[in-house]
Amino acid sequence: MYATRARRARPEPFLARPGIVERLGLPYMDAPLALSAIALIAFSVFVLSQATLQDVPGNPDYYVDRQVVYGVLGIAGMLALTRVDYSRFRELRVGFYTFLCVSIALIFVFGIAARGSRRAFELPFFSFQPSELGKLLLVLALAGFVIDGARRGSDRQRTVRYLCLGLAPAALVFLQPDLGTSLVFGAATLAVMYFGGVRWTHFAVIGGALVALIAMVLVVAPAVGTPLLKGYQAERLTSFLNPSQDPRNAGYQQHQALIAIGSGEKTGRGDQATQTRLDFVPERSTDFIFAVIGERYGFLGAAFVLSLYALLLWRALRIVTLSKNYYGTLVAGGIAVSLLFQVFVNVGMNLGIMPITGIPLPLVSYGGSSVLATFLAIGVLQSIHIQARLSQKGRFAW
Amino acid sequence: MYLRSDGRRSNGLALRIGVLVGLSVALFAVLFFRLWDLQVLSGSKYLEEANNNRTRSFRVEAPRGKILDSRGKVLVENRTSLALQVNPQKLPSRPARRRVELARLGALAHMSPHQVRATMREQLAVSAGAPITLRRDVGYDLVYYLQENAVRFPGVQVQRVFVPKYPHGSLAAHVLGTVGEINEAELKEPLHRNLAPGDEVGKGGVEQTYDRYLRGKPGTTRIQVNALGEPTPGVQLVSKPPVPGNSLKLSLESNVQEAGEQALAGEGLPGAFVTMNVHNGQILALGSYPTFEPSVFTKPLTQPQVNSLYRNPLSLSPLTNRATEGLYPTGSTFKLITAMAALNSGVITPETTIVDNGALTVGGESFHNSGGASYGAVNLVSALQVSDDVYFYTLGYKMWTTGALQHWAHLLGIGRPTGIDLPEHQNGLLPSKQWQEREYRRGVVEGPWSPGNNIQLATGQGSLQTNPLQMAIAYATVANGGTVPTPHLGMQIDDSAGRVLKEFDPPPRRHVHVDPTYRASILEGLHKAAQAPGGTSYAVFGGFPIPVAGKTGTAERPPKREQSWYIVLSPYPNPRIVTAVTIEEGGFGAESAAPAALKILEAYYGKHPRGSAGPNGGSPG
Repeated sequence: MYATRARRARPEPFLARPGIVERLGLPYMDAPLALSAIALIAFSVFVLSQATLQDVPGNPDYYVDRQVVYGVLGIAGMLALTRVDYSRFRELRVGFYTFLCVSIALIFVFGIAARGSRRAFELPFFSFQPSELGKLLLVLALAGFVIDGARRGSDRQRTVRYLCLGLAPAALVFLQPDLGTSLVFGAATLAVMYFGGVRWTHFAVIGGALVALIAMVLVVAPAVGTPLLKGYQAERLTSFLNPSQDPRNAGYQQHQALIAIGSGEKTGRGDQATQTRLDFVPERSTDFIFAVIGERYGFLGAAFVLSLYALLLWRALRIVTLSKNYYGTLVAGGIAVSLLFQVFVNVGMNLGIMPITGIPLPLVSYGGSSVLATFLAIGVLQSIHIQARLSQKGRFAW
Repeated sequence: MYLRSDGRRSNGLALRIGVLVGLSVALFAVLFFRLWDLQVLSGSKYLEEANNNRTRSFRVEAPRGKILDSRGKVLVENRTSLALQVNPQKLPSRPARRRVELARLGALAHMSPHQVRATMREQLAVSAGAPITLRRDVGYDLVYYLQENAVRFPGVQVQRVFVPKYPHGSLAAHVLGTVGEINEAELKEPLHRNLAPGDEVGKGGVEQTYDRYLRGKPGTTRIQVNALGEPTPGVQLVSKPPVPGNSLKLSLESNVQEAGEQALAGEGLPGAFVTMNVHNGQILALGSYPTFEPSVFTKPLTQPQVNSLYRNPLSLSPLTNRATEGLYPTGSTFKLITAMAALNSGVITPETTIVDNGALTVGGESFHNSGGASYGAVNLVSALQVSDDVYFYTLGYKMWTTGALQHWAHLLGIGRPTGIDLPEHQNGLLPSKQWQEREYRRGVVEGPWSPGNNIQLATGQGSLQTNPLQMAIAYATVANGGTVPTPHLGMQIDDSAGRVLKEFDPPPRRHVHVDPTYRASILEGLHKAAQAPGGTSYAVFGGFPIPVAGKTGTAERPPKREQSWYIVLSPYPNPRIVTAVTIEEGGFGAESAAPAALKILEAYYGKHPRGSAGPNGGSPG
């Protein structure tokens, strides 16, 4: 079993006055996890510095400067969280959940609109998108509720309760409308339930209901004349099935992204990258940044980024197994699955095998809320790792 | 089997983690394989697609070749001009504002909003993304106005284009033809396979006949564009330069042409003339009056221009080339053909005399000499000299059942294609027994074939319909000893560097046996008609220093006034050129057509003095 595996010797923290390294908890952090996250944000800054020179007239470093600030803030946030015992978050579950729902609901009142969708608060220097932080808060709160309710009610009641708790904020986000983030909420909810031990048969029922829902939304409802999705949404969801069919409309972006990635070939086109440089691929600093990487740096660059994510997820899944308590397992599982979901859906969208849903690529897409929230989530993972290490040592440092 | 929250991992949790790890590996494998497929396996296909995406090709117009006269004088050349273009991508996107701007533009370019929309639709269908040419040859004042008000006209640009220039105004307008945008019907012709809408092609005249030589090959400019189709600066792509068209040298002699046009204009009546080398069919001058300015077709026509060009009463339509499209009776100029037919069918010999009592009566119907004259006993020479109608009535009567007159008229080219290199031509009509009877059955003509019909044809009256070119060919054939020349204007094609690419010398249409004694008698008769006292045109040509052989004609076209004809071979006795002139409602042949022909000959011989053989001279066989 995991617990009995022989570990590399760690420096013993018996110094009278612990140094800065010691006080940051660095010796007990999972180095590959932290390094892969830092490598991803560094690569993001590198890509933005080369690909967005002309995006903001007169300010070639607009995106780079901001992404560097978000990265530094994110790393600081991650380090700060490592010093907190994540187990305390369980006590804050109701507060988290309330904050999550209220902040998303307030968007409808105070939020700023961008492209027909209200997703963020306008703050000085920064527009804050609560649904990004919400991914982490939902996992922390829901994991607490699962542990609370583990002995109450029947299995079926519990399953329904968790589903309702998870889907309420997801529905709020869906109404912004932000389909992509609400799907991430759904994935995180299912992940927490999965590690919370919800029966396989219940998952089979949920899966069946999902398939039925998709069929109804995309096929049945339009057929009977009451479409539930807006026309462009339905088009975006289905056009990936045959992106080159009509390059002028729904499948255009995706087709252009495909051409961009394909044209990168093995080693990339560098500054000859016309697809992403000449505006054929939209949203090149956010949703379609993977297409930029694919075109500029070819298979080498794109596979490098994918490998970093593979490393990051491997370490995250490993932390699921290491956690000293069940709450940590649930939290780590929820975070790992939501990261996996975002990476797969975003890269899959760039590669033309998933629908366009507007999910950013964690740590690589430009955007303060997403970068910060992802680093905070990794900070929680680190906290779980550190606590596990310390409990194995038989002592609690803080 | 709910898990306890005691931190101990059960087998259930291990299984769940294992499943998730397996799922993650599978998802990453999908991404990696898809990436490998896109970038490594089919990367080159996508690279090509990306390059197609970013480049746009635009056609670059090639200048058309020049048209020169036989001395190298420029008749048509190019000038660069400005065309008003609209870039559809830069027009306002709001339909209402777009409409307003297009309406304003249309007003500036003298186009209705409907025309603007139609033009845009037409050109967009063919080359989406390329700028649309609204109007060619706009003035500089309009361009300056647009530049000063550029803010009010987004998406409007000005492009240099080539426009034909006619340094001599309307000179030889009917020969040259015009140039215009290719239309839908023309686009479908195999000849125009490589052309696109908006391209210019020759319309009428030698511009049309020799279009494939005159037209250049358009080049292409390739530029890099972004997703909005806007050019991106600083990128050089391979472009194909346009190839200018070749120039065409005509057999036309500008001074002769000018003299002919001035002579007709001086009469002020519709008419036509042609001067042709009798041996090889090269046309030295060919014109029609009223004429037009070909340069008006380089811009959209204004309503007064349309009215004057197209809505004239038919008899005045200036675009008709009366020299090749006219359909006229010829009057006495036809007598040369009647004489050839009678001589060759044995009806007469050159010496045969016929007594002219002033009229010929056949079947109760009398055919009188014009002016009520009677000349007594006449032979062929004297009959031609005085244009004795009764002599030729008699010949017509004697041949009314044999068809010899029709046979010889047909051989000499009356009522059949001439082979001229102009798209505008009419074959005319040679009345015959078969034709008359067919038309009689259809109820078009009044009676069956009668001696009267043939008697009228013998003097160029009745249902005969021909034109100056066909008559010139008939005279040339007799004069050169039996070769029916192919009339042509195009002589040679030079490329833009001046190298000769092609020379045109079409072979004769056919050969006709012309007995030298018959030829000599006929030419003598015509010579005396022109230059011996008592000849029908002695008053006009008696004092002309060059010996000529000319025949007047006065065709009756009631209710109009008579049509005046004159056809003259010169120099006598071995003619080099034939000149045919006709003037509608010009009265007697000697009254208007002969003086006009004299002016043409004066111009010709002013340049080619009597002794010289001329550019294509030589004696006939």
